[in-house]
Formats: sequence, structure tokens, C-alpha cells
Amino acid sequence: MSTFIEKLGNLDRRVIFVLMALAVIIPLALRMNLPIPIDQGPSMDLYNMIDALPEGSRVLLSFDYDPSTMPELQPMAIALVQQLMTKDIKIVSMALWPMGVSLGNEALIAVSDSLGREEYVDWVNLGYKTGGGVLIVRLGSDIKSVFPVDYDGNSIDDMPVMQGVNKLGDLDMIISLSAGEPGIETWVMMAGDRYNLPVGGGCTAVSAPQLYPFLATGQLIGLLGGLKGAGDYETMVRVGVENPPPGIAIAGMAAQSVAHLVIMLFIIIGNIAYLSEKKRKGGAK
Amino acid sequence: MRLAIPLMITFVAGMIMILQFFVPATQPMGDSLQEWYMIVASAAIFLGAVNLIQVHTHKIRFKLKNWKYSPVTLIGFAVMIITGLVFGIEADLPFDYLFQQMVAPMAATMFSLLAFFVASAAFRAFRASNWRATLLLISAFVVMLGRVPIGSMIWNKIPLISEWIMQYPNMAGQRAVMIGAAMGMVATSLRMIFGVERSYLGGAD
Amino acid sequence: MSWEVIGIWLGALLSLCLYSFLYKDNPFYKFAEHLFVGMSAGYWVIYTIMNVLIPNWWQKLVPMEGGFQPIWLVPGVLSLFMLFRLIPKLAGLSRLSLALIVGTGAGISITAMLQTRALAQVNGTIIALGQGGGWFNWVSNIIMVTGVVCGLVYFFFSKPHKGVVGGAANIGITILMVAFGASFGYTVMARISLLIGQTQFLLFEWLPTMGIHL
Repeated sequence: MSTFIEKLGNLDRRVIFVLMALAVIIPLALRMNLPIPIDQGPSMDLYNMIDALPEGSRVLLSFDYDPSTMPELQPMAIALVQQLMTKDIKIVSMALWPMGVSLGNEALIAVSDSLGREEYVDWVNLGYKTGGGVLIVRLGSDIKSVFPVDYDGNSIDDMPVMQGVNKLGDLDMIISLSAGEPGIETWVMMAGDRYNLPVGGGCTAVSAPQLYPFLATGQLIGLLGGLKGAGDYETMVRVGVENPPPGIAIAGMAAQSVAHLVIMLFIIIGNIAYLSEKKRKGGAK
Repeated sequence: MRLAIPLMITFVAGMIMILQFFVPATQPMGDSLQEWYMIVASAAIFLGAVNLIQVHTHKIRFKLKNWKYSPVTLIGFAVMIITGLVFGIEADLPFDYLFQQMVAPMAATMFSLLAFFVASAAFRAFRASNWRATLLLISAFVVMLGRVPIGSMIWNKIPLISEWIMQYPNMAGQRAVMIGAAMGMVATSLRMIFGVERSYLGGAD
Repeated sequence: MSWEVIGIWLGALLSLCLYSFLYKDNPFYKFAEHLFVGMSAGYWVIYTIMNVLIPNWWQKLVPMEGGFQPIWLVPGVLSLFMLFRLIPKLAGLSRLSLALIVGTGAGISITAMLQTRALAQVNGTIIALGQGGGWFNWVSNIIMVTGVVCGLVYFFFSKPHKGVVGGAANIGITILMVAFGASFGYTVMARISLLIGQTQFLLFEWLPTMGIHL
């Protein structure tokens, strides 16, 4: 028995890979759906904060990620843009990561087209700048010196969405979708604390635990953590909406559940094999 | 002596940034510096690109290991540069198409490979070898179950316990790391501004 | 065949090339990996030119409304100096550019780090002690505050971890282990989410182009 378990412990890694792939493919292919109980914590705080903004408010939405974390952050981007545009809140978007510009455009254009919103009137994508925190500090004193034109070279002077927006303080809220540095923590540090602005957003699951201290102090008003946060938000944004678009994150949560169980099973089998080997070696002494 | 001017620049730039935080009158000086910073920092991208071209042309010239793939990198680089300069970066034009249809799926796939390696590492390396490691394992299990719908189906208190771990022990640990690291970074920044730490200039002399 | 379908096939085939690495390293993987590096670098360079250098440097040096602003030559020259790192004889000049970057970054981060990470977090920890909310919250807050203090003691290496200091450091590492466990759980979650995203693309965007609808 012990040798069988020990052999199991030395399983070829390709077998593990196949099991892992099946744990994700089968629930997706079967379109398994599990109910997502909405997180009462940071996800709902972000939703409520945006929901409380009056119509016509202006929000800065920063796409601080690239395609490597797209499965977690892109559903958040779409759901957030959906909520903002439905409520007729104006979006001034930008990116601290260059690839965030294109990903942000994808979300903005798709939702804007579906809701009949207009570029430059209801939203604008200002594009990417280098500099991270230093750039944010400069935005705090003058946005136009950093972004004289949008991502595509159009002057921001003539854009209705930018009328009256001269510095970060003229915006009602900052939302960052962040895959690391520079990202949401940089916004908390350089805009939230320095210029006393409300900051919220979403992040990859990897960085969520490190951001909890900011939630407790109110430096972050709300946070979507990983695919679960995206699923929460998709669920909240769909409430009361007729024929809502299919949720990408919601569809993935069943596969996420099964994959977590499989990884836990791997850890348990690995540990049984380890303990069995340890016991046998101990007995042999 | 050859370090005197760079050290002076570091000192002046650093002091302007600190003063700007406390003294509003120094704002204009700080503003210009911040705008220059953005431009000079962007030069690092070109440094990386030139280096990439150098490495791959060198590999091709001397037929080093895997040199046959180097033209792929160079052609990929050239195609993006040419489409970007010729057609522009607007959505739905060739540059954006290449990004959406090729770069984005490749980046997402590259990082999704990590799921397999995490599974393999969990199987081979995640051992309850002592009581603290067991505690780490239990905490990981609760959080993994608490963040997926199946957790609340197994026991409806699991998400609550998971959230408690996040809000108290996790936050305590993260805060300790955060405060400790912040003090370290403040000390290092001060050492740089006052010229004690010079390794970033490539020499201690 | 539409451009959209061609795009889906390009993305899918390149993804499969990369996944082939799971079996073993092979030419298909190497091809896609090299292509990815080249195209990503090209994207970064183009965006830096179009979104940073043209609007934030060139159009300020030579404004469209006319005139020449020589002050903007300074960051231009410093950027050029940065590239001199690749020329051994001139590499020393890149120190001037580095000095500006490091000085500005260090200066700005001192106040930000102190304000956001140190003072606000110490403040939040102290305030937690005085919060009400029943005995359970009180005990939880005590655990949190003890964890922060003992965690900091664990990172303090100027005194040997013996006696009271050793005891506090032991509590600190225990709390840190729970925190690392939570981080591990979240990391697993993140990695699986990325796999789910790409699997969704292959199953629900690529397969339908071949008439396979799951």
C-alpha cells in the first residue's frame, strides 16, 4: 500500500497537467453554472460607491494591466464601464501600462456601441504615459500638460468630456484596474492620499491580499479581487438589467471551483505520499 | 570626481520633490522635473529595444544556439513598428488588429501556463512538514474554498472564515511587511539622495 | 473568410504552439515565444513614440503654433545619454540621466511611503484597538494588532531573537504563515483564472469557427 502511495507521489508531471486541463475544460464545456453569492465586502463597497455618484459625474478609469492578466481584469473592465455608462457617468480613461490602452479601448468601444454612447462626449481614452507615480503627481496639478492629446493624437481642448477637467481634483473618483506596479497602490499613494481623492478598483488575485490593509484604513474604498471579484461585479451590474450580456467571469467560476478542488486533492495526495515515505524511512532506522 | 555631477543631480532632483510636497512655492520647479522624468524614463524602452536587436543580430551573425528563431523576433518587431508608423494606433486598424489577435492571446497563454506549474508544485512541494507549514496549508485551503461558489455549497460559513482570515491575520502579516518595507525604502531613498548609496551609478568610487 | 475569423485562427494556433511546451520544449513553442517577444517590444516602442515622445516632447520642443522651446532639449539630450549605455566609451554620460530618474523617484517616494504605507497603517492599527462591535470583533482586532507588532519584531534583526523578543518574533512568524497561506490561495486562484480565460477563448471562439458548438 505504502509503495503505491509513494509511486503516486512520483507521478509524471504531464499526468498532473492533463488532469488540470480536464478540471478546467469539462466544467466549461458542460457549461456548469454555480450560483455566486455576492461578496458583502469590498466588491459591494465599490459598487455602492459608484452607484451613489450623481448622473454626469466624472470618473478617471485607469487600465493598468496587459493581456497576461486579461482573463481576470477584462471582465471587470467591461462590467465597470457598463455600470458607469448606464448611469451616464463620464469616463476619462488612461493607462499606466501601454497595452492597457488597447484593452481599455476594446471594453469602452464595445459597451459604448451597445448603449449608444459617444466618444469624446461620454468617454475618452487619453492613452499611455511613462512615469507611474511621478506622472500621477503631475496629473494632480495639471492634466493637460501630461495629456495634451488623447491616445490617437486628438486635442483634448475640444472634447466636451474634458470640459472643466484640469486636474485630478476635478474628478469625482479614481478607479484603477491593476495587475501590479504601477497600479492601484500607486494611485492610492500619489492621488488618494496626496490629493485626498476616493480610489477604488480591481486587481489580480495575486495582489489582492497585499491591498487589504488599504481597505481597512479607507485609503481604498472598494476592491474587486481576481475572477471572484469580477464575477461578483458582473452579478451586481446585471441586477435589474433586461437581457444582460453574458457574464464572462460568472461562466468561469464553476471551472474555478473544480480546479481548486483538484489542486487541493493534489496537495493532499502529495502529503500522504510524503508522510508515508517519512514513516517508512523512520521505521527503517 | 566623475560621480560628482550625477550625485548633485540626484540630490537636487530628490530635494525638489520633497520640498514640493511641503512648500507650494516650489511647485513649478517640481512640475517641470516631473515632465522631464516622463521623457527620460521612456528612453529605457528604446534601450531595451536596441538591446533586443543587438542580441538577435549577434545570434544570427555567429550562428549561436537557437539562432534560427532570431529572425522571427526581428520580423515580429519590424512588423509592429511598420504597421504602427504607417497606419497609426487607432482601434480596428492593422496595428491594433495584430495586437488583439496575436500579441494578446500569446501573452494570455504564456501566463496561463503557470496554472499547470502551480498544480505540479502543489503536488510536489507543498508539504505539511511542521505545524507552521500545516497552518499555512490550512489557511490556503480555507481561502481557496472561500473564494469559489463550491465553498459555500460545502459549508456556508467557509466564505465568512475566509474573509476573517483576510481581514485579520492576513492583514496583520501584510501590514507588518508593508510598514517594514516602507521604512526600508525611505531609508534607501534618503541614502540615494544624500549620495551614500551609489550602486545605481555603477560604481562606489 | 473574414478578418475576424483569420484573427481567431491566428490567436488559437499561436496559443496551441505555446501550450505544446507542456509536453516538452519544441520548435513550435520556440517560434511563438520569439514572435511574442518581438511583437511585444514593437508595441511598446510604437506606443512610447506615439503617446509619449510626440505629444510630450516633440510638440513641446517645436509647438504647432510656432516657435522653438530650447528648454525641452534638456530631456531630449538626457534621453539620448541613456542610450549611450550601449556604447562603452560614452556609457558614463548615462549616469546623468539615471541620476535624474533616481533622484526624482526617490524624492517622490519618501513622502508617499511615509504617508501611505507607514503612518496611515500605524494609525489604522492603533484605531482598530478602540473599535467596538462586540467581543468577537474585539478579540479579532487584538489578534490583528498583536500580529502587526510581532510581525515587525520578527523583521527587526538588530536584536537577537531571544527571550521576550524571541517570543514576539515566534508569534510574528506564525501570523505571517497564515498570511502567506492566504497569499498562496489567492495565487492559485489567479493562475487558474488565466487558464480559464484562454480555455474559454479556444472552446467558445475558436471551435465554433469549425462548426463545433459546445
